[in-house]
Amino acid sequence: MSTMVQAIRMALHVGEERHGVTDIFGEDVGPPLGGVFTQTQGLRTAWNSPLDERGIVGAAIGLALAGSRPVAEIQFCDYAFNTIDLLKLAGAMHWSSNGDWSCPMVVMTPVGAGIHGSIYHSHSFDAQATRLPGWKIVMPSNPRDAYGLMLSAIIDPNPVLFMAPKALLRQKAINEGEEVPGVPSDDRELSKMIDAPLGDRTKWRPRWPDTPDLLIPIGEARIDRHGHDITVVTYGRHVQICRKAADDLAGEGIDVELIDMRSLHPYDWVTISASIKKTHRVVFVNEDTEVTNFGEHLLRRTIDELFYELYAPPKVLAGKHIPGVGLADSLEKASVPQLDDIVQVIRATARHEP
Amino acid sequence: MTTTISKVRNGAEESLKPDLLLQMHDLMLKARVLEERLIRMQKQGDGFFWIGGPGEEAFGVPLGMLIHKGEGPAYDYLHLHYRGSGTMLALGADPVDALRQMKSTASDPYSGGRNFASHYSARKWNVVPVSSPIEVQYSMAPGTALAQRRHGGSGITIVTGGDAGTAEGDFATCLIWSSRKGHELPMLIVVTNNQYGISTPYDGQHGEKRIADRGAAFGIRTLTIDGNDPETSYRAISQAMDYVRKERKPFLLEAMVSRLYGHSSSSGANYIEGEADGLKLFEDKLIARKLLTRERADLMATTFTEELLEAGKRVREEAPPSPEDIWKHVFAEHSVAGAKKGTRS
Repeated sequence: MSTMVQAIRMALHVGEERHGVTDIFGEDVGPPLGGVFTQTQGLRTAWNSPLDERGIVGAAIGLALAGSRPVAEIQFCDYAFNTIDLLKLAGAMHWSSNGDWSCPMVVMTPVGAGIHGSIYHSHSFDAQATRLPGWKIVMPSNPRDAYGLMLSAIIDPNPVLFMAPKALLRQKAINEGEEVPGVPSDDRELSKMIDAPLGDRTKWRPRWPDTPDLLIPIGEARIDRHGHDITVVTYGRHVQICRKAADDLAGEGIDVELIDMRSLHPYDWVTISASIKKTHRVVFVNEDTEVTNFGEHLLRRTIDELFYELYAPPKVLAGKHIPGVGLADSLEKASVPQLDDIVQVIRATARHEP
Repeated sequence: MTTTISKVRNGAEESLKPDLLLQMHDLMLKARVLEERLIRMQKQGDGFFWIGGPGEEAFGVPLGMLIHKGEGPAYDYLHLHYRGSGTMLALGADPVDALRQMKSTASDPYSGGRNFASHYSARKWNVVPVSSPIEVQYSMAPGTALAQRRHGGSGITIVTGGDAGTAEGDFATCLIWSSRKGHELPMLIVVTNNQYGISTPYDGQHGEKRIADRGAAFGIRTLTIDGNDPETSYRAISQAMDYVRKERKPFLLEAMVSRLYGHSSSSGANYIEGEADGLKLFEDKLIARKLLTRERADLMATTFTEELLEAGKRVREEAPPSPEDIWKHVFAEHSVAGAKKGTRS
């Protein structure tokens, strides 16, 4: 059983051994630390950059233009905001040159709240990310998807932003089908193989398990739970919370269909719209701030295309539109959607009578 | 470590061969005539906006002549700013293509009608797409140089920008990333200093006497030159490139240049008296040395002006991009960079 962070690490290893990744870099990404979440420990091509996010994104663009395959990390998405024009530049490289250049690069960054990360380690980046045309945007909710989406990001000829919900990074696979294929079932055995030891690491080398080229296509959602009464569309950290909400509501006779988007752009409208046509009710859940939220786009499209299919007003449940997520437990809980909030909105939407 | 203008001018200089001087003059003149044609096109409604490099020919042309041209990390990468027409012509670009970009035709090979004039892009020559932000190239350039450091050989990365743009953090990024101990990058970092950011003079915005001085803190070899003199430029660029190619370390070259038609069409794009005109000064020099006559120089200008006038008429008839083209190339279907490594074109 692997954690999400181990899954990312194994995908990066497969990327550098089999798919041409040349540089995995960012702040504290190389030895000795191997990433503040340990995601880059033991990787052959990992190196430390200056503490300069614009330099990191710029260097990744240059490497990509010169035929290298970079995976760059922004240590927390909270520190990606000063790179937005460079992210735009990467997204525009193919289009602005009328197809002459391409810019195959991956930027990975931890996102979201849920770890009491205070104001500058709790931001979401969903809405900003989806306003970067030319980028593909993914966010996994479990180790298997993290592994398969990272490999797909690595082989994609476009810039891909890999957002990892930081609250899930150290979490093990919960359900069947969420595990990376080929890893030892014993957690301790896997840890001995690929987790760097405490203390002196200069002589340590990882022993990588033989994991396959599992490619989870960018743009394909996953139906986490089939249901008939209401569709809940979410991604990342809120997949698990919405699953718990669905479990709770099953006892009340509300049968939830839960969609894990996995890709925010391009996104799987086929799966989402088919589900809404089946259940006729929908709630979009995410933790980014609610004004000009990505869920609002999905809601707009729902109204544009599926208005006469709906039995209840479609809802967006998102984070409060405030400057940050406060540190105190009470503040964090009041800022981003919690289980109770989600249960209430699903229940109200499912029971709504026109 | 910083060499001043006077030192370069007074240093032991081997004279450049007459053929080379005349080739430089030909390209500088063509670059000037091209820019003047582009300005006219914009003023006559055959383009939405003009920006370009009249006043930088005496630096840009020698730069282009000294580039190892080709595709992939074995050759030089160019991260140009939007005053690089002289460099592009010296690389062998067809001046008519610049007219196409001005006219926003579908046939514009640099952007398919998507971008402003002087926003060049040519993968076959490692010319990275020029973009309007005046600083981002300084952050991207270390990336191509990293690939070249790993690749080995003599290919280098050249990045150009203006003096005003060095106030952005990206310029510091460039100095820091190129000079890390044990990870030095083969980069020729160029600042063409025309003393202005749109309307704002250099003095009052910058405390540093010379921008090149900023390299010294990073152990970067630096030089400030008179970029209005193509012979000085040629020699300085050549020496700086030799150093970067061999030592695989960065070099910061500041060239003092002019801005002969102002910032852009937004500021009128009229010839500004009182600034040194590198082309005129060079012509006077060549005439004094009996390598050129005034009649010959005037004939060259008239002939090329007429050629471009006729070309402009033809370009006017070329099709604009179709509305559905907006959807083309949002995503790449497959990687193109590095697909043909090491081809010389």
